[in-house]
Amino acid sequence: MRKLTVALALLATVVAAPVLAAEVGAKPDRQAWSFSGPFGMFDRAQLQRGLKVYREVCASCHGLKYIAFRNLVQPGGPGFSDAEARAIAAEYQITDGPDDTGEMFERPGRLSDHFPPPAPNEQALRSRFGGALPPDLSVITKARSYESGLAIGLLDFFRQYQEHGADYVYALLNGYEDPPADVEIDGAQAWNRYFPGNRIAMVPPLSDEQVEYTDGSPQTVDQYARDVAAFLAWTAEPHMEARKRIGFQVMIFLIVFAGLLYFTKKKVWADAHA
Amino acid sequence: MSGHETFQPQNKALAWFERRLPVFGLLHSSFVAYPTPRNLNYWWTFGGILSVMLVVQLVTGIVLVMHFVPTSAGAFDSVEHIMRNVNYGWLLRYIHANGASMFFLAVYIHIFRGLYYGSYKDPREVLWILGVILFLLMMATAFMGYVLPWGQMSFWAATVITNLFSAIPLVGDAIVTWLWGGYSVDEPTLKRFFSLHYLLPFVIFGVVLLHVWALHVVGQNNPDGIDVKSNKDTVPFTPHATVKDSFGLICFFILFAWFVFYIPNYLGHPDNYIPANPLQTPPHIVPEWYFLPFYAILRAIPSKLGGVVAMFASIAVLVFVPWLDTSKVRSARYRPLYRQFFWILLIVCIGLGYLGAKPPEGGYVIAARLLTAYYFIHFLVILPLLGYIETPKPLPASISESVLKKHAGAPAAAGAVRSPERNG
Ligand code: HEC
Ligand code: HEM
Repeated sequence: MRKLTVALALLATVVAAPVLAAEVGAKPDRQAWSFSGPFGMFDRAQLQRGLKVYREVCASCHGLKYIAFRNLVQPGGPGFSDAEARAIAAEYQITDGPDDTGEMFERPGRLSDHFPPPAPNEQALRSRFGGALPPDLSVITKARSYESGLAIGLLDFFRQYQEHGADYVYALLNGYEDPPADVEIDGAQAWNRYFPGNRIAMVPPLSDEQVEYTDGSPQTVDQYARDVAAFLAWTAEPHMEARKRIGFQVMIFLIVFAGLLYFTKKKVWADAHA
Repeated sequence: MSGHETFQPQNKALAWFERRLPVFGLLHSSFVAYPTPRNLNYWWTFGGILSVMLVVQLVTGIVLVMHFVPTSAGAFDSVEHIMRNVNYGWLLRYIHANGASMFFLAVYIHIFRGLYYGSYKDPREVLWILGVILFLLMMATAFMGYVLPWGQMSFWAATVITNLFSAIPLVGDAIVTWLWGGYSVDEPTLKRFFSLHYLLPFVIFGVVLLHVWALHVVGQNNPDGIDVKSNKDTVPFTPHATVKDSFGLICFFILFAWFVFYIPNYLGHPDNYIPANPLQTPPHIVPEWYFLPFYAILRAIPSKLGGVVAMFASIAVLVFVPWLDTSKVRSARYRPLYRQFFWILLIVCIGLGYLGAKPPEGGYVIAARLLTAYYFIHFLVILPLLGYIETPKPLPASISESVLKKHAGAPAAAGAVRSPERNG
């Protein structure tokens, strides 16, 4: 027992060790996402609104290179019809070629095309923002997270919380505020509570009434941010619904199978213990 | 390898084949008639679980390779292509990525099982050392696999770990350049890691065969750590061990499926969804969870060379455990002092894992040094001394007696303390 006490004392030193302040932003709050939890699924209308926000606001600076227009029709996504997706694609001009004379040419988008990039190359994009790069948003909700500490982290295993990235994007878009009085900031930057280091080269992209919603949802920054974050959760994990659905079937199968094996095992071993 | 029965094929064709290559007899004697101790508990199901996990990694890995592009420009995109466009590609990749973690979870349980029940002792030293080799091969395989998706953590973990070799005096820098195939981690590094990541699992497969062979020569240890004396002490592998192992495996798969289908990125690092960027170092470079205790040991030592030596020594010391442990009794069940130190060691290893995830500053470093020191003291000082100062509890006379006692609730048989070793 004395050894155990020593071990616990050692462990206490570990846990009490000073916490280091790295350059991190404020911790985002958790949101009630429709797609969280074992049965959580995407809200089609929300994904469609999120796409609208992306196309009308974010797309001028951020790419979405892993998403093709055909994905918009795919089950488990925003649920557009084939014709609707074709119409969206056709609104874009895609560079194709070379043609028979060796020239590149522009043509309207098709289902197989991907969302076009905001600039022909990274340098062109960076030069618009004083060297900062607006990242491609396809997997952004899996590429961002925040620390919740050991206890909450362990709890997240049981309640299957995986929506940290969406929380962050939502918080970031709502996180603009005036810089502290003693901080100088130039016009190309803004102050954001949630961005690591707070100085962000993305000036507030959203404002109320900026994007028109036809389904009666509120036209507020808060709602836009929520919708686009949900949309980006889908672009990062387009097969999430299939994954959870198959997962449920697999779980049921495994649990029933384990039960059968358990009783078989008991029967087989009954004589071995007698 | 004498079983309860021998294999006598009834089918003519089978008998013809068997006379020429007795492969079915080998399978039968190894996995059907093979006698297993009657008192094995569920900690003994992890060997089978590990074998299945190896096959899972091989099968998913081979299909992933069909779609993976091992170039610095193409790797990240190809993994996203697998996740999005390949039929059930997301499933393959999530099984493979989480499968590596489950593989390590199983191997850690397997190793600590061995430490608890003294499975490394005479006559199982070679079996144990083959296990340590398997562990090293797994670490190399998983490390190189983690580099393949070519995310930020892939790139920077590769940089940090390969850089360790520069600590070697005189030739260090030359070795690192040779490992990289250039002057930094780049496409040549990715390509050689890809090649070796494909190769090593097959080497593992070969060593697993040796490991199982060695096991079947000396027989399994058991929770009482005493030798099998008669047929009454064993049950045939099939159906007894087969059904028990299957039950253990399926329970393990429930945990596996929990990760794969519901929290597939729980164990991963978000930075690995950012494409590798040689110009931008992530604020904290952390390895996968299963390397964290070793990472803590590496950083606990103030000198780079010292850290590297300590890290490798922490694994190498396991090779010598059969000789460092001087006790004649195998199982911690009958070793009241060792049992306590076992649990302390486990807590220390978990503590090291926790520290490996923390930045190497302030109190974390001090704690990591203390725990590192304790880790080595356990193996180099405590383990040898215990054999001399500890009075073991009386051992049961035989496995069957101990099983019957447990199930009948009969009073303890007063078996004298004997040396169970060296009597086959
Ligand atoms: C005017 C151009 C512009 C628009 C419009 C814009 N962004 Fe950005 N965004 C940027 C720039 C520039 C950065 C890089 C910021 C930096 O590194 O300081 C950025 C960064 C980000 C980041 C990453 C922050 C991080 O943690 O690194 C996210 C997420 C993001 N933007 C989301 C959005 C969303 C969603 C929209 C649409 C509602 C949007 N942005 C609209 C320019 C823009
Ligand atoms: C000992 C068994 C193995 C282990 C422990 C292992 C481990 C890993 C790990 C940790 C990754 C990174 C996963 C990620 O974060 O995306 C990976 C990727 C990969 N592995 Fe393996 N692996 C094993 C066997 C194999 C085999 C046998 C093959 C092929 C023959 C293979 C092919 C691949 C490929 C192509 C990738 C890159 C795709 C991806 O990142 O998902 N692996 N492996």
